[in-house]
Amino acid sequence: MTLTISGLTVSIGGAEILRGVDLEVGAGRVHGLAGESGSGKTVTGLAVLGLLPHGSRTAGRIELEGRDLLAMPAKRLNAVRGAEIAMVFQDPATSLHPMVTVGVQLTEHMRHHLGVGRKEARDRAVGLLAKVRIPSPGTAVDRYPHQFSGGMRQRIAIAVALACEPKVLIADEPTTALDVTVQAGILRLLRGLCDDLGLAVLLVTHDLGVMSAVADEVSVMKDGLVVETGPRGQVLTEPRHAYTRVLLESLPGDGPKLPQEER
Amino acid sequence: MTLLTIDDLVVEHRTPGRPLVRAVAGASLTVAAGEVVGLVGESGCGKSTLARAVCGLHPAAAGTITVGGHPVSPLGLRSRSRALTGAQMVFQDPYASLNPRRRVGAQIADGLRTAGDRTTTPEDLLERVGLPRDFAGRFPHEFSGGQRQRIAIARALAVRPSLLIGDEPISALDASAQSHVARLMRDLAVESGAGLLFISHDLSVVRLIADRIAVMYLGRIVETGPTAEVWADPRHPYTRALLGAIPHPDGRGVLPAELPGDVPDPADPPSGCRFHPRCPLVMDVCRDREPEFGPVACWLHEPA
Repeated sequence: MTLTISGLTVSIGGAEILRGVDLEVGAGRVHGLAGESGSGKTVTGLAVLGLLPHGSRTAGRIELEGRDLLAMPAKRLNAVRGAEIAMVFQDPATSLHPMVTVGVQLTEHMRHHLGVGRKEARDRAVGLLAKVRIPSPGTAVDRYPHQFSGGMRQRIAIAVALACEPKVLIADEPTTALDVTVQAGILRLLRGLCDDLGLAVLLVTHDLGVMSAVADEVSVMKDGLVVETGPRGQVLTEPRHAYTRVLLESLPGDGPKLPQEER
Repeated sequence: MTLLTIDDLVVEHRTPGRPLVRAVAGASLTVAAGEVVGLVGESGCGKSTLARAVCGLHPAAAGTITVGGHPVSPLGLRSRSRALTGAQMVFQDPYASLNPRRRVGAQIADGLRTAGDRTTTPEDLLERVGLPRDFAGRFPHEFSGGQRQRIAIARALAVRPSLLIGDEPISALDASAQSHVARLMRDLAVESGAGLLFISHDLSVVRLIADRIAVMYLGRIVETGPTAEVWADPRHPYTRALLGAIPHPDGRGVLPAELPGDVPDPADPPSGCRFHPRCPLVMDVCRDREPEFGPVACWLHEPA
């Protein structure tokens, strides 16, 4: 299923945050959204889920299977949000509820949206934990978030997002709070889910290395506008827009030189 | 001249009802005057505990720490000896490390008073960290994360430290502020002739500012060396895995190599070399004996 954003403008408290954003994320594709902080990356993600702060004014269209999410009444949007579109946030320490077991967090919306029974929901939760490669998922399901490491928590947050088998996943800086070794695992997981389940992923990140590793298409934002869009290889190696070149040049240069087989 | 000497340091965390955790298990490290040492490793490896021990915020269970030749004693209720105020820390979270109810100028002035400095003003220090002089009369909530961290750096510099310690000083900041603040810390430390111990899990930033890198794994330093050398030719399998996990913006879509497994529980570290359960090059000797040598603590790189 394709997510199409066209001419999206968002004003919050009189300030124009997005000034006509166009983006398209196809099924089974990872679309990377880069740009400095304050350029509107996160607001774009939140707009798709209808999670903008109160009093925000929006214009343009966000289309999912011919339906305009922006024009949808709140009740109908609630049926889409969490079921067809899900989100993974930056910090797994705050996005999971600290006092509720992983199992409950995995099954609550599943039972609400899909109407599955308690027993079946639990079995599905164990299956999801296994899919994101949490060791011994049968016991992990009854544990609390603080009993897991940061990387494991982010895997759980991804499992929660996937519980209702969404078609679109918005991942806002999903690996920024993690160590590089853990990041590598999460990136592989995201890419795999995209390829296996046909998930459309909008990946918001400021890290062009992360972008290069998993994204199919890359868009670069500046001051509320998409200034460049294209296939990964083209944007990262032959950027057309001056601002994209600035972003690439601000990187600390060559990576470590390791023997080829280890790359 | 060696400023900071950490020799075979052991720091333990005791929690009632839980097994004893050796967060730092025999680590040795030195920082010379005017030198920037980057300490890297995954979260939970004991980097922060080591930094806190250097400031006397955690008592050492064994081993020694000396700053400028003076042994560091645990921070208590009594005032510190003047010699030990030479080590100053910039903490991870500038939203928690500044007093929200005092003007930033007053907080910087505390340090100047400690150092007995009557000529420098808080405004001068704000200027040195690249902030306007009239910020001194404002409160911390009026500033962004990057600005707050600059204020925290100004406060640490007020004491005229011989050793500046940054414990993940950039990880709470916006991506755009991170490299600015890191470079600022380096420039100010080197300019004043102080040493800098910079702790971070972000290898790309450490590579930018550090003269020497120390890699920590599960409470021990596994490799040290000049930054360029370690980057170009990492020798410990753990350092190789760490560097190999950094994705490159080359547009080729290469997924970074994954290091299997999680960091083991520091309360129950593996026998022998602590890295052996995750090491791709593990040998028999690694399971039995711990490599207790440097600069690369690995049986493949045993000094002759």
